[in-house]
Amino acid sequence: MRNIWTIGIREYKHYFSSPIAYAVAFVIMLVVGILFYVNLVSYANYGMAPGIQIIVGPLVTLLLFTTPAVTMNTLADEQKTGTIELLLTAPVRDHEIVIGKWLGGFLFLLSILLASWIFPIILNQLVSPGIDQGELLASYLGLALMCAAFIAIGVAASSLFSNQIAAFFLTLGIIMAFWMISYPAQAMGAAGGEIIRYLDLGDHFYSTFYKGLIDLKDVIYYLSLTAVSLFLGSVSIESRRWR
Amino acid sequence: MIHVTGLTKDYGKRRAITNLNFNVNKGEIVGFLGPNGAGKTTTMRILTGYMPPTSGKVEIGGYDVIENPLEVRRMVGYLPETVPLYSDMTVFDYLMYMARIRRLENAEDRIDDVLEMVSMEDRSSGYIGNLSKGMRQRVGLAQAILHKPEVLILDEPTIGLDPGQIIEVRNIIKDLGQEHTVMLSTHILPEAQQVCDRVIIINKGQFVAEDSTERLQTRLTGAQRIQLAIQGDISEVVPLVSSTPGVINVTSTGIDTLEFESKPGEDVRADVSRNVIKAGYDLLELKKVSMSLEDIFLELTRDEVLPEHSTEISDSPEIEPEEMR
Repeated sequence: MRNIWTIGIREYKHYFSSPIAYAVAFVIMLVVGILFYVNLVSYANYGMAPGIQIIVGPLVTLLLFTTPAVTMNTLADEQKTGTIELLLTAPVRDHEIVIGKWLGGFLFLLSILLASWIFPIILNQLVSPGIDQGELLASYLGLALMCAAFIAIGVAASSLFSNQIAAFFLTLGIIMAFWMISYPAQAMGAAGGEIIRYLDLGDHFYSTFYKGLIDLKDVIYYLSLTAVSLFLGSVSIESRRWR
Repeated sequence: MIHVTGLTKDYGKRRAITNLNFNVNKGEIVGFLGPNGAGKTTTMRILTGYMPPTSGKVEIGGYDVIENPLEVRRMVGYLPETVPLYSDMTVFDYLMYMARIRRLENAEDRIDDVLEMVSMEDRSSGYIGNLSKGMRQRVGLAQAILHKPEVLILDEPTIGLDPGQIIEVRNIIKDLGQEHTVMLSTHILPEAQQVCDRVIIINKGQFVAEDSTERLQTRLTGAQRIQLAIQGDISEVVPLVSSTPGVINVTSTGIDTLEFESKPGEDVRADVSRNVIKAGYDLLELKKVSMSLEDIFLELTRDEVLPEHSTEISDSPEIEPEEMR
């Protein structure tokens, strides 16, 4: 546990000396900010009060594309520069390395989410009687859980390569596949379609958290996806020794 | 301290090391010698638990590297050949990170101590990315000795350093050898001669020889190498010396000097000097020269290349080098 924390904190600090991390944070804040403004103006033109969705919606889409950039470095770079050799010969278990890397990335995305909290605060000032706080909290809890799963997938993908770009695209591919898996499910019969639809990343967010609801089944879904990815990442690091 | 039995490692179809057996005793500095690609790094990576062997057994301090990897890793300090360090961290932060992973107490004091040992105390707040190769090497060494490991495994610790730094690093290693068991790999033979109590020579993944540096010289040659100097032109004396019974490998090494070897166990100095004087030359010097480890090494690995001998070596690693010829 202590090792995970040590590795996680180093990883978290590492992001603040990495240009990729700043680029990701910049892109997210910029795009969410622009869309926030545009939406505010158009809602105002119709004389309507916008909800928290005008912030959370774009945030989800952006995280989908930027998380792979956050995680592509984690293990791929250690393998490329060889620093993994010192980690793997230190008294640390393989899964502690993987979970530590995940923790660092997760904390970084949480920091970005925290920074984006500025938009709900502004929105709260602009609309009366203020925004639905339950919706806000549920949405952000959902976002955090989704980020946990994204990061876990990214770290697992990063463990397979010593090339960051390959890690980026594999992560993006896996996340997109989970995101769009319900389209083929619609074409399938009831039973098989139901199982596949359960795997859909977006569905667990939009049908509950996005609407201000918290359903245990969605929490369990994201946590299991995180756990399975981290497990596969650990297996991949362990198998690396045998290659 | 280190027991290696029947160690074999395959990379796919290529066999990197074949049936290695050796021991390193507590408090010894052992040199692991071999040309590039001999399997030194592979062996060290197996010893540190970075990768498992295909077959064979490695025990460090009584723990098996496969069955008790964490115990072994706690006991071992390791400097990999490429000295992989996080270039975006400062020296102090990096060592602090390793100290936390190693769960050291009083980490700050210990970091100050090791930085002083490698004379890097004035660079502790500098970024690793800005350090020169030699300084990175020293940070790597600091990292390896941070937790006062019982066993130190150093892969080519002086490679890429300038001569002054090489001497410094060698002195550090010698000092460390007083408290730690050290195993270092190198392909620089004088280094092994200077630093190590004992050397293990491998080539193409196979055991070639093992002994103390002094005994290896005598054991290997068995024969003596003798330098001879006369007044006048040495080339006239060469056939004369060559024709003396028991003399082999005569080579002139200067205008008035030559070197020759005697056949194992024969002292030919008296015969040679008598012949030279009888022929009317003034004998100025006749002295024994010891073969450098370089010569020995070349000799050993040259023999090893011959196919009929290589099987012989792998079958019986304890074989005397003389018999390998």
